[in-house]
Amino acid sequence: MSQTPTHPKLDAKIPSGHISEKWTNFKSTAKLVNPNNKRKHTIIVVGTGLAGGSAAASLAELGYNVKAFCIQDSGRRAHSIAAQGGINAAKNYPNDGDSIWRLFYDTVKGGDYRAREGNVYRLAQISNNIIDQCVAQGVPFAREYSGLLGNRSFGGAQVSRTFYARGQTGQQLLLGAYQAMEKMVGAGKIQMYARHEMLDLVVADGKARGIIVRDLVTGEIERHAADAVLLCTGGYGNVYYLSTNAKNSNVTAAWRCFKRGAFFANPCFTQIHPTCIPVSGDYQSKLTLMSESLRNDGRVWVPKTIGDKRSPEQIPEAERDYYLERKYPSFGNLVPRDVASRNAKEQADGGKGVGETGMAVYLDFADSIRRLGDHTISERYGNLFQMYEKITGDDPYKVPMRIYPAVHYTMGGLWVDYHLMSTIPGLFVLGEANFSDHGANRLGASALMQGLADGYFVIPYTLGNYIANNTFPKVDESSEPFAATEAEARGRINQLLSVNGSRTVQDYHRSLGHIMWDYVGMGRTRDGLQHAITEIGKMREEYWQNLKIPGSPDTMNKSLEFAGRVADFMELGELMARDALQREESCGGHFREEYQTEEGEAKRDDENFSFAAAWEYQGEGTLPTMNKEPLTFEYVAPSQRSYK
Amino acid sequence: MSDTLMTIHLKVWRQDAPTQPGKFVQYTVPGVNPHMSFLEMFDLLNEQLSVKGDIPVEFDNDCREGICGSCSMVINGMPHGPQRGTAACQLHMRHFKDGDHIVVEPWRAAAFPMIRDLVVDRSSLDRIIAAGGYISTNTGAAPDANSLPVDKDDSDRAFDYAACIGCGACVAACPNASASLFTAAKVGHLALLPQGAPERKRRVINMVEQMEKEGFGDCSNHGECEAACPKEISISAIAMMRREYVKAVVGS
Ligand SMILES: Cc1cc2nc3c(=O)[nH]c(=O)nc-3n(C[C@H](O)[C@H](O)[C@H](O)COP(=O)(O)OP(=O)(O)OC[C@H]3O[C@@H](n4cnc5c(N)ncnc54)[C@H](O)[C@@H]3O)c2cc1C
Ligand code: SF4
Ligand code: FES
Repeated sequence: MSQTPTHPKLDAKIPSGHISEKWTNFKSTAKLVNPNNKRKHTIIVVGTGLAGGSAAASLAELGYNVKAFCIQDSGRRAHSIAAQGGINAAKNYPNDGDSIWRLFYDTVKGGDYRAREGNVYRLAQISNNIIDQCVAQGVPFAREYSGLLGNRSFGGAQVSRTFYARGQTGQQLLLGAYQAMEKMVGAGKIQMYARHEMLDLVVADGKARGIIVRDLVTGEIERHAADAVLLCTGGYGNVYYLSTNAKNSNVTAAWRCFKRGAFFANPCFTQIHPTCIPVSGDYQSKLTLMSESLRNDGRVWVPKTIGDKRSPEQIPEAERDYYLERKYPSFGNLVPRDVASRNAKEQADGGKGVGETGMAVYLDFADSIRRLGDHTISERYGNLFQMYEKITGDDPYKVPMRIYPAVHYTMGGLWVDYHLMSTIPGLFVLGEANFSDHGANRLGASALMQGLADGYFVIPYTLGNYIANNTFPKVDESSEPFAATEAEARGRINQLLSVNGSRTVQDYHRSLGHIMWDYVGMGRTRDGLQHAITEIGKMREEYWQNLKIPGSPDTMNKSLEFAGRVADFMELGELMARDALQREESCGGHFREEYQTEEGEAKRDDENFSFAAAWEYQGEGTLPTMNKEPLTFEYVAPSQRSYK
Repeated sequence: MSDTLMTIHLKVWRQDAPTQPGKFVQYTVPGVNPHMSFLEMFDLLNEQLSVKGDIPVEFDNDCREGICGSCSMVINGMPHGPQRGTAACQLHMRHFKDGDHIVVEPWRAAAFPMIRDLVVDRSSLDRIIAAGGYISTNTGAAPDANSLPVDKDDSDRAFDYAACIGCGACVAACPNASASLFTAAKVGHLALLPQGAPERKRRVINMVEQMEKEGFGDCSNHGECEAACPKEISISAIAMMRREYVKAVVGS
């Protein structure tokens, strides 16, 4: 297979040198912007999650003028706030053999050899600075009685490298970034636009130079110009309707950039998280994750006998199948997420699922409670247990939790090079919105790490290099590209409102979710994917003829907001199915049933699919084309992933 | 647990804009599953309204798991409803009965201007943080994380305060519409940590001043805030903030 990308824009720009020196080499040769010049540049940051919040704060501290945008009423509410389990770093404080190399290795292997080595190594290197930075900001990570920081283990690793703040790690990390950001708001270096939604990207002379947004309170459409745009808009898991993502998580900003020329990479790589509270009914609006950290002390099991409907305490030890411990003795309950999820599905499909719907398995804490006592368990997982009880009405100290996989994270996203720049110059993509570091499967506690690495430590250098290497002729918000892009954004809104049919946005979204979950979910087949493409096509057509949006465009109107997002989700869903269809192999979270080993494990095809698939928009009514960025592994030789 | 569907009678505050008068409107919502969350019941109401061509009720929400602080409904006179330590999005309909009447209103406070229906503007809380609710450490300037051990008890107490989700229920619950619990939670979180020491005095003075500037009322120890707080932030935070404030003013 050819080692050059199939498109000249797909140059990853990995610096030269040994992998451990690449980032240092880049930093020492990158061009710098003189401190007095930074204040002459305005940077737009869309999104204030871990990626956007940390980027906005860091760039403002450096002296850039930052305009930050988010959908929620405050920067502090971004979806990152919901992350529970923890954040990885190669500190090796427990002295259990961790190192930057090992974190790098685990991440490349965990991603099933579909990520870029250079990026992943940098991530592992930076991981330690993140912990230092966050502690200095006052993030209250868990500590031992010595006063030093504590660690726990996560799936896919044999060392304890995860830092955590009870079950609210994302919240505490985000508050750290948000407070740093608010400090710069107070200092006048960040202008914050909460309750604003980006509707489109403005490209002038081939460079990203601004955005079009809608003020979600007044409905006004606004233009904002800048010298660079940072997209930090999170993942697209809500294409499945039911996911663990917050209700406002969406793909719109990224999708509109795709239509302006940014390539979309590996859209089919989605992560189905193994430990979520099972679906209980049609009315359900979202799914709740139970942190993977629970698998440290919880044991997963199902009854040995098909159709055994006894309540769990009536099933004796000898009649239980702790299937993860049985099948994967060295990792046991801590196998990576894709493996754990697929195994749960296999048990449920085989008739051994538990609970009313049979779409669940047990996660049992009885042994750990006996060994460690209620107190320790409550210290580790108190708020998770509470959350579980609130939702289900069951007390996990007494009865095992029922869990089932749910859509959680999207490894795919806009294609970026080593500088985090997309195929549109001046458009950078950070955090979950890009495709960079997790390959076909993300290890637990690595998304927080990546979002903060991108925002605190990578973008300040790579953005500076871009600014220093380019000239920025003044673009005026009244200029042609702004006017034209705004007109298109308005046109879309008017078109949505003019349909005036009879089916609500939520109804369409739910139907789309069913198609995606059934055919582009945990197990994918050629026929199923083709079926999904046809069904989504039909739904898209109907959408524009039968959608109903109550209310007007010039007030707060959530139906209208969601109508735009669901329209984009449908187009994305179709692309995900196409991407899954072309990838005739199984890797990580992408499981094509036609491609499995005799034992039912994912069967990769490195000969033919060791590449990132970067899709390029070709205009309305024309199929997007796929370009390939070949992946080469110089430092970690791809092998069959084994957690046995 | 029974899955028998319920019918709920709602009285909901509707207001098109801050400049227009608002009023309560009654709705009957059939088909409410006891496993639904309170917000899912509102989704159901909004679907029913949309299908009829009526305009849905606007309400803030996002995470729907009690952590983002978006949801903000006063339910039968209680911010976030009757269940202790629970945000509206985590309140489940199994705590209500078939045929119940429920009154739902927005957060009401001078410092939270009305936007629409149940949605208000809470940006005043952000400005309190911007006035001093942070530790100044520019990116890249931090020493090794373990170079400064922190007493576990202090760290745990700091966490208890840091758990505030910034929802503003404490303000909505307070007869004086004071933001003292919110502000004190941040002051307490940062004052308990050695990293927070250098800015300790300036922080509390600036945050308290900003709170007053925003038009929040004074605290007169009603304790309603603690009862309404979904994260059960202890009112001891306010006592601590007062001590911090006095020390800072006297010492400066
Ligand atoms: C329940 C849950 C638990 C998790 N637990 C962990 C964990 O323990 N460890 C871990 O490492 N990872 C975890 N993850 C994953 C991790 O939380 C996310 O991947 C990460 O926080 C994403 O951060 P982000 O900054 O990229 O995006 P987000 O935090 O999603 O932020 C997106 C931002 O973009 C804004 N935005 C979006 N679209 C627009 C638009 N069109 N216009 C304007 N603004 C827009 C939003 O308002 C928001 O501010 C978890 C995820 C979930 C769902
Ligand atoms: S103190 Fe409690 S009620 Fe007040 S904002 Fe914080 S979480 Fe909400
Ligand atoms: S919706 Fe996030 S706290 Fe209720």
